[in-house]
Amino acid sequence: MALDMRLPTVRKTVSLSASAFDRKDLVVPGDIITSDTGFMRGHGTYVDEEKLTASVAGEVQRVDKLICVRPLKTRFNGEVGDVVVGRITEVQQKRWKVETNSRLDSVLLLSSVNLPGGELRRRSAEDELTMREYLQEGDLISAEVQSVFSDGALSLHTRSLKYGKLGQGVLVQISPSLIKRQKSHFHNLPCGASVILGNNGFVWLYPTLGQQEEEAGGFYTSLEPVSLSDREVISRLRNCLLALAAHKVLLYDTSVLYCYESSLQHSVKDILKPEVMEEIVMLTQQKLLEQEG
Amino acid sequence: MAGLELLSDQGYRLDGRKATELRKVQARMGVFAQADGSAYLEQGNTKALAVVYGPHEIRGARSRALHDRAIINCQYSMATFSTAERKRRPHGDRKSTEMSLHLKQTFEAAVLTQLYPRSQIDIYVKILQSDGGNYSVCVNAATLAVIDAGIPMRDYVCACTVGFVDETSLADLCYAEESGGVSSLALALLPRGGQIALVQMDARLHQDHLDTLIEAAMTACKGVSKVLDQVVRQHLQEGSTLRE
Repeated sequence: MALDMRLPTVRKTVSLSASAFDRKDLVVPGDIITSDTGFMRGHGTYVDEEKLTASVAGEVQRVDKLICVRPLKTRFNGEVGDVVVGRITEVQQKRWKVETNSRLDSVLLLSSVNLPGGELRRRSAEDELTMREYLQEGDLISAEVQSVFSDGALSLHTRSLKYGKLGQGVLVQISPSLIKRQKSHFHNLPCGASVILGNNGFVWLYPTLGQQEEEAGGFYTSLEPVSLSDREVISRLRNCLLALAAHKVLLYDTSVLYCYESSLQHSVKDILKPEVMEEIVMLTQQKLLEQEG
Repeated sequence: MAGLELLSDQGYRLDGRKATELRKVQARMGVFAQADGSAYLEQGNTKALAVVYGPHEIRGARSRALHDRAIINCQYSMATFSTAERKRRPHGDRKSTEMSLHLKQTFEAAVLTQLYPRSQIDIYVKILQSDGGNYSVCVNAATLAVIDAGIPMRDYVCACTVGFVDETSLADLCYAEESGGVSSLALALLPRGGQIALVQMDARLHQDHLDTLIEAAMTACKGVSKVLDQVVRQHLQEGSTLRE
């Protein structure tokens, strides 16, 4: 059997020029941002003896009088309208608990899902008892953020045919800060697979569904075997996503597609090799730059 | 004193350091992709790995949840191969439970837990090689991991052990000194404001010497904080250049 082994390599050191240390917009916890009292305290800051101080390591962002510090890496901070992919962790009275990479588990109320039988169906006590038949622990769903509670927990809804239980596919977890906010987070890629780019950093890759299957919506999941070619496309996309994430490239339909195209000359498993990753990402970035202008 | 001479007449210690000299500190942030935050830190021959998960929903006993702030859950452990003789250390032995508790108290003083009501922050620290000052190395490694996770803190928490020998305070003790009968003191400091997060001492020491010892510990902690600061800034720089 052919094995591919490699020795640990030296990390590339980013040269720190003198100006790099002077960059005023990078702060660490405890750094005083300003002692001017005219500013408002945003996320990632606190007031200590009337001085605005950073509490996380990251970039300072200033909007008018509001000062925030955005860390490089955090958990998902949901906003109303965000598309998320999550996993059911618990079934409770009238609600499901969903793990969405947020700081508290999100809530999906029975009253904010579409049950089979149309919009106007009444929810009876019987529905409460059969909740587990619709969604049970471990199921993956796509949903939209309906509201944010005062303690930061999210309330989700699936009141549209595009949301609901997810069937066969691959889940990729990456940092939420790498997902680019867009009008649509559901894409049917021309390479033969579809992708849901959840704002919470959970990305769902699945074979593009036929027209009828899509209309069934809701809680029906197809268990038909997926063809080998579809599975290969999905695996390639998954490795491409990991490559883009490793090089901190923003994810959206165009960047994913370009990355897929640049990876075609390599076999699927080779994409994960660091040198191939670098090459593919470089090509992708070049294409993106060309497209921009 | 029997056996070892901890401080020579010329003012050098067993490993050739001066009294106030720290051991070499090397660190790296973001060593694991799976965790929310992680860091690896070496201080001389003591090596520690810290991992942070959270803030997340409370797992297990829901009743532990606090309605106004996050709970911090610390777990300290030592690798079987970390000391001179191999020893299996099951979880929950008395020494590591005590150490976990100290770490918890230290980080409750530094992390802004009131921003995350009803959630939990897990800090797991493992000693890979033990050569004295385990508590302080764990605190320093965990600080970097918490910063890597993007969890808000008042300031860095830096810790250092100091000892008192022949009317002199020795900074950053190694194992030979710790076990050589020095009265040692561990101190965790928020360096910018000079607030003390935790002081721990279980040896005997004359009251008159306590102030000088604490003073020496604070200076040592500030030295450590400078090194940590450099590591964090370097990490930040690398992270933000990649993004452009």
